[in-house]
Amino acid sequence: MTAATAPVLELVGVRKSFGPIEILHGVDFALHAGEVHALIGENGAGKSTIMKILGGFIAPSAGDIRLDGRPASYRSGAEAEAAGVVVIHQEFNLAPDLTVSENIWLGRELGRVFLDHRAMRAGTQALLDELDSAISPEARIRDLPVSDRQMVEIAKALSRKARVLIMDEPSAVLTSREVEVLFRQIERLKAQGVALLYTSHRLEEVTRLADRVTVLRDGAVVRRARRGELTEDGMATAMVGRDLQDIYPARRHHPGEVALEVRGFHVPPLVEDVSFALRRGEVLGISGLVGSGRTELAEGLVGLRPAHGEIRRNGVPVAIGTVREAAAHGMAYLTEDRKERGLLLDKNLRENLTLSTLPRFGTPFLSAAREEAALGKAIADFDIRAPRRDLRVGNLSGGNQQKLLLAKTLLSDPEIVIIDEPTRGIDVGTKSQIYAFIDALAREGRSVIVISSDMPEILGLSDRVLVMRQGRLAGELAGERITETAVVRLVMGTAGDSSGSAAHV
Amino acid sequence: MSDTAIRPAAGPRLPGLSALGPLLALILLVVLGAFLNDNFLSAGNVTNVLARSAFIGMIAVGMTFVITSGGLDLSVGSMAAFIAGVMILAMNALLPAMGVGVPLILAGMVIALAVGLAAGLTNGLLVTRAGIEPFIVTLGTMGIFRSLVTWLADGGTISLDFAVRQLYRPVYYSGLFGVAWPILVFALVAIAGQVAMRHTRFGRYCEAIGSNDKVALYSAVNVERIRLLTYVLLGLLVGLATIMYVPRLGSASGSTGTLWELEAIAAVIIGGTALKGGYGRVWGTVVGVLILSLIDNILNLADLVSPYLNGAIQGVIIVLAVVLQRGKSAA
Repeated sequence: MTAATAPVLELVGVRKSFGPIEILHGVDFALHAGEVHALIGENGAGKSTIMKILGGFIAPSAGDIRLDGRPASYRSGAEAEAAGVVVIHQEFNLAPDLTVSENIWLGRELGRVFLDHRAMRAGTQALLDELDSAISPEARIRDLPVSDRQMVEIAKALSRKARVLIMDEPSAVLTSREVEVLFRQIERLKAQGVALLYTSHRLEEVTRLADRVTVLRDGAVVRRARRGELTEDGMATAMVGRDLQDIYPARRHHPGEVALEVRGFHVPPLVEDVSFALRRGEVLGISGLVGSGRTELAEGLVGLRPAHGEIRRNGVPVAIGTVREAAAHGMAYLTEDRKERGLLLDKNLRENLTLSTLPRFGTPFLSAAREEAALGKAIADFDIRAPRRDLRVGNLSGGNQQKLLLAKTLLSDPEIVIIDEPTRGIDVGTKSQIYAFIDALAREGRSVIVISSDMPEILGLSDRVLVMRQGRLAGELAGERITETAVVRLVMGTAGDSSGSAAHV
Repeated sequence: MSDTAIRPAAGPRLPGLSALGPLLALILLVVLGAFLNDNFLSAGNVTNVLARSAFIGMIAVGMTFVITSGGLDLSVGSMAAFIAGVMILAMNALLPAMGVGVPLILAGMVIALAVGLAAGLTNGLLVTRAGIEPFIVTLGTMGIFRSLVTWLADGGTISLDFAVRQLYRPVYYSGLFGVAWPILVFALVAIAGQVAMRHTRFGRYCEAIGSNDKVALYSAVNVERIRLLTYVLLGLLVGLATIMYVPRLGSASGSTGTLWELEAIAAVIIGGTALKGGYGRVWGTVVGVLILSLIDNILNLADLVSPYLNGAIQGVIIVLAVVLQRGKSAA
């Protein structure tokens, strides 16, 4: 297959070893001007390593990097940026205490002796306008939600006049509206002749965007395709190396008694007057845009945020002011932010697993043997894969971190489990495992609330769906009425107005 | 790579070089001391060094928990002086009523612990309830305690009644089986601290909070209470250290316990506890305290370097310890 254009940036026979373990086995990969090339694969397949090599952050053990056909001379991320190769990281490289504008101009500030604040602010505003974003240039990164930070990261990359733009799962934390904006920008950059590398676990995005697709498995390229040559099923099969049956579990039936009833629940300042009931053996999906109050509602229910309203457990009114009180009433919450709120990245698996249930492991002295036994069981039950048990959790892949977090949350044996974004940034194989765990919880008679921005996930898992919009319940769907169109209409607030545009909320 | 099975941890792993570093330094100092002066390893000198380490040592053990959970306490030196002042004044005041005797000494000890507890509680509540940075809170209380003791002493010295002092002296100067009381108490505090850090919920929670307090909060840990407890524990240990310290001189003044806070913090850091919190090593703190005392002792015994340079050498050691710690995290 000969390309119409010569590649801008190319890897030839690249190998990479960390210590004795080779994790890239001779990869060829090329980015062409004016094309989107999607790189897909499960967590740990080597995508991140390839992106780091392309971006100059690590050097290959063998093989060549070629920029415009000549060996690339850059030795660091900064030199790569100077050569026009810009990476948008999944872990943002933004200084949290600086403003949006200060971040965008960091290292290339305008002005001579004194900074030209006005010009930088205007430049930032222009970039944000181009991105159709309402973020203020003066906002501090610390105060911005994750999705806004992603937009700032993209704006920053745009401002660097990239020739090659490498995007590591940019859509993972964006709402569907923001994803549309991102896609428009990608199309625009493409038209300007920028070479783009795009990664995502959402295969429908790959189908829509990618001119070329490269599938990685275990550090080697297993499939290359041009636009239209590979279906989403084909991609998933190539990634996993086996046929994926329907990744969602079969429907359950016959939910039991009402386990949790919430009436007139308020979580200031966002969530207002939410009422719903949750039955035993049921999976209740909560959909809505990022910022619609889903997480705030959940955090209010488990005592992480000040809230008021009525909560009944098995018909009995209860007061919950702290996470421990929630746990005492059999309620557990699994956060959407596993790296900042879920797990201690510096600590090992054992200390993370038992942190929220430590009183069960001995008073006054903790029993290391019992903790180890619990870890052994969690590793087996949840298929957690780590090379060593004393590994720092920060070194685990996202999927294994999520499984560990799930094991940690379920160690308290909760009757009600609230799972916020169960599969964010997780590969297809692990996703289906997590769906099976959630299904098993419901079959055991527990009640599960799944909060998710992933539409297929909501549709595939839920017995009932609640939709939140601007802090209130916009509607409830059950059974046959759970369809993508119905959910999207409620999410966008166009339920009663079929002609209305859903573009601006 | 993804199908790598999990091997069970292969027995207790040897601590890395950075963990052994302070211990090696300590051994080196002992060898150096023995080489430079014949008296260095004599029972008298060893007792002297250990007994003098005991005050800072007890405080440093408490400081280890505060720092591990992401806090800091600059007030401990002033707090010790304040507790000593209040304790002596109270004992002198109770003397006419109680007479010279063991009950009076015990009353003084209870008062010292109570004042320590109250002082620690003040620091802790200001940090947790009022939500003020520990550095600011304890910088403030450092000045307050120091000023209060100077005021109580009216700018001079508060002295314990002579007869009471004679009765109280053995608490510093005597001991059990030839080991001085301060050394025994310090050893007990250190062992209890090490066990608490490694084998109890309290220690685990301190590390979790210092590592990431949001994760701790989301994991049903009572973050505020644990933080408060670390300051209260430290206050109590400062009280305990003062109980052992007062019989040594029998007086307190505005300059009692000056710079103890820095020595305690330095010992904690030299011992390998992370200053930003998240990881604590009590036995390391003990090693740190001993290193600081030994440097002082060796400089006094040997004519190699002027003892006036003690502070400079300690400073170099502290900076070196942090550089070594950084080497560990980069590896």
